[in-house]
Amino acid sequence: MLFPPLESPREPLRVVITGAGVVTPLGLGWHANAEGFRRGRSSVRPVTLFEVARQRVKTAAEVDLPEALPRSNLSPRQAGRLDRAGKLLLLAAHEAWRQAGWEPSEQLPVVLGTTGGGMSLGQDYYRQALQDPFRQRGQPRRIVHYQAQRQGLDLCDDFGFRGPVTIIANACASGANAIGHAWELLRRGGAERALAGGYDALCQLIFAGFDSLQALSPTLCRPFDTDRDGLSLGEGAAVLTLETLPYASRRGAEILGEIIGYGTANDTHHLTQPQPDGDAALAAMTAACATARVTPDQVDYLNAHGTGTPLNDHAEALAINRWAGASTHRLRVSSTKACIGHLLGAAGAVETVVCLMALREQWLPPETTLTTADPICRFEVLRVPVEARVEVTLTNSFGFGGANAALLLRRWA
Amino acid sequence: MSRIFVRGVGAVSPAGWGVSSLRSALERRHPLPAQPLPRPGRVQPHWARAVPQPQPRPDFLRHARLRRCSPITHYAVAAALEAIGDDLASVQEGCLRLGILVCTMAGCVNYSRRFWEETLRDPATASPVLFPETVFNAPASHVAACLGSTAASHTLVGDEGVFLQGLAVGANWLLGRRADACVVIGAGEVDWVVAEALHLFDRQAIHSDGAGAVYLLPGDPRAGGVELAGITDAHSLAAGQTRGGALRRMRSELPAPSPTEVLFLSATTAGRYGAAERGAWTDWTGPRVATKDVLGEAFVASSAWQCVAACDGLLRREFTAATVSVMGSTQQAIGARFVLSPRTSTP
Repeated sequence: MLFPPLESPREPLRVVITGAGVVTPLGLGWHANAEGFRRGRSSVRPVTLFEVARQRVKTAAEVDLPEALPRSNLSPRQAGRLDRAGKLLLLAAHEAWRQAGWEPSEQLPVVLGTTGGGMSLGQDYYRQALQDPFRQRGQPRRIVHYQAQRQGLDLCDDFGFRGPVTIIANACASGANAIGHAWELLRRGGAERALAGGYDALCQLIFAGFDSLQALSPTLCRPFDTDRDGLSLGEGAAVLTLETLPYASRRGAEILGEIIGYGTANDTHHLTQPQPDGDAALAAMTAACATARVTPDQVDYLNAHGTGTPLNDHAEALAINRWAGASTHRLRVSSTKACIGHLLGAAGAVETVVCLMALREQWLPPETTLTTADPICRFEVLRVPVEARVEVTLTNSFGFGGANAALLLRRWA
Repeated sequence: MSRIFVRGVGAVSPAGWGVSSLRSALERRHPLPAQPLPRPGRVQPHWARAVPQPQPRPDFLRHARLRRCSPITHYAVAAALEAIGDDLASVQEGCLRLGILVCTMAGCVNYSRRFWEETLRDPATASPVLFPETVFNAPASHVAACLGSTAASHTLVGDEGVFLQGLAVGANWLLGRRADACVVIGAGEVDWVVAEALHLFDRQAIHSDGAGAVYLLPGDPRAGGVELAGITDAHSLAAGQTRGGALRRMRSELPAPSPTEVLFLSATTAGRYGAAERGAWTDWTGPRVATKDVLGEAFVASSAWQCVAACDGLLRREFTAATVSVMGSTQQAIGARFVLSPRTSTP
């Protein structure tokens, strides 16, 4: 039963990460991405996936998909119907699943965040409906497969389990909310393990949308820079295998890290603009720390939402200053969107994996595109690669519409 | 552990604005009239049961956030306001942390279609006013702004079953104290793109739109009321599971049939498309209600109306227990049960 839950544990259970899969424009898998993030390599380049001649901005961060997907339980027909977003998701899920050494079980919750699902198929559906109103060939498949739940079900089919599948579409906070939602499910005893993450693929409709808002940078994505002028769009996916600590211990799993806190808040200021002082961001960070019983001075690294837009970075910087208080000047912050662009529904999940990399490998990712940090930042914005002792990290995700989320991770020693 | 009670319901449907319109239409049991829905490029229109214009125009539509939004948002806000009722003041005063869950399948499809149309014509002139409203969580954002809630807010996307998933998420938020109260909204809007998509799968179905909302509060069972007794697992159509198999598993989690309990089905009473669901409930001995026979196919709003109608009947003490069965179009079978708990003593 989804409700009421089984008898809840007296104390919330600890939730650990035993597998992490990641696909970004930096590459496929942990190692390629760790190497890229560690150096702060930028992967923004001219768009090749769709026509951009009439767009104001003509660059984004594209993933180079492999020729073939990993060996899978999907039939050739199913595999042939996967769209770009579905492929990104499965690539990330396979890496996480392999790393965790999981076996399928009948009920295994899947919680995914996305903003577009299979939007490229939705575009194709509409284009054909408009340009060839009586032609129906291919349309039923496009209708079914553009829906986000279909990618979740493909994931279930691939690994041989039945979900349930929950899709959270909280814009750019979707991935973080999905991981947070799964974390809450596990810690109160609703399941012993869950797959959680986020995914989104570049598509023309969303690209044109951000371009129409003049939110895309015509130069370089430079979060927290005084001369920042917008974001770059990217694509990718990240999937985590989450388990309760007792479950992971029982099966002798290798633990990569622990999620210790999650906070959310809703910003009602404006559909596309944050409240200027970052009140909701502050509330989300504070709530995450409260659940983890961690104080800001214990946080070694903050992976900022840091889109590179003037308004977001201003509000987030103010929120971080207020949240960190006296320890602000010691806090190290960067936004890895400088490397891979904004991955929308995948952003929060990928940035959680970046935090996990920092905790596992004891380095902090820089923003090599940063020239002069905005003086409003009272914290250190990392611009060069740093090796550091990292015990606790926080990652922020803020979405269109006001969904704000923060996740706290701790090193597993 | 405290239990979860339904303290209010709200609805906007082709029958009109408000639960009373929905109730009257379901009591009459006559399919509501459909209107032609022009389809560009074709002479032959689609048909739809759209929400009528509200008469008089409600005051809340003057809110700045609602001036340029998609109709789905108007429906969602209206249903939420009706469900929450007098508790709105407590939310706006900051005394009640209201969680918001908006569940949808196609989202703000009117604006998505218009924006895409402009982009196909010339991306350089596509309107920046339209794009933000295409985002799935735009309605949830507007609902939160209109209600003045800064507590947790999620948009869940899925097939018709996602509304019941949303109820479970909301109930668990309340148990986990993420919110003091929670409004769960299922919404959709009519568009020729969706009507055409529906027609490809079910030629008898008539597309419709609107929203339904259920307002949940934790409570002491001694106080009585309409209780959310349970929500089954979401049995996905994955890993070889058929519709029949998913429905059987869903049913196995619900109590045995009772002649006094009312069943609210997502299937219509005739037609090939609902056959699996009707087949799963052939042994049901109590009354049954097929809301889509009257209202049409509004996807997630349809499953919300099923729950609203069930809870409305319980709140009015017309029956003492209700089961809601949802066989979604692409994702899952899921069920819910609501019961009227008698007041036993002063809590």
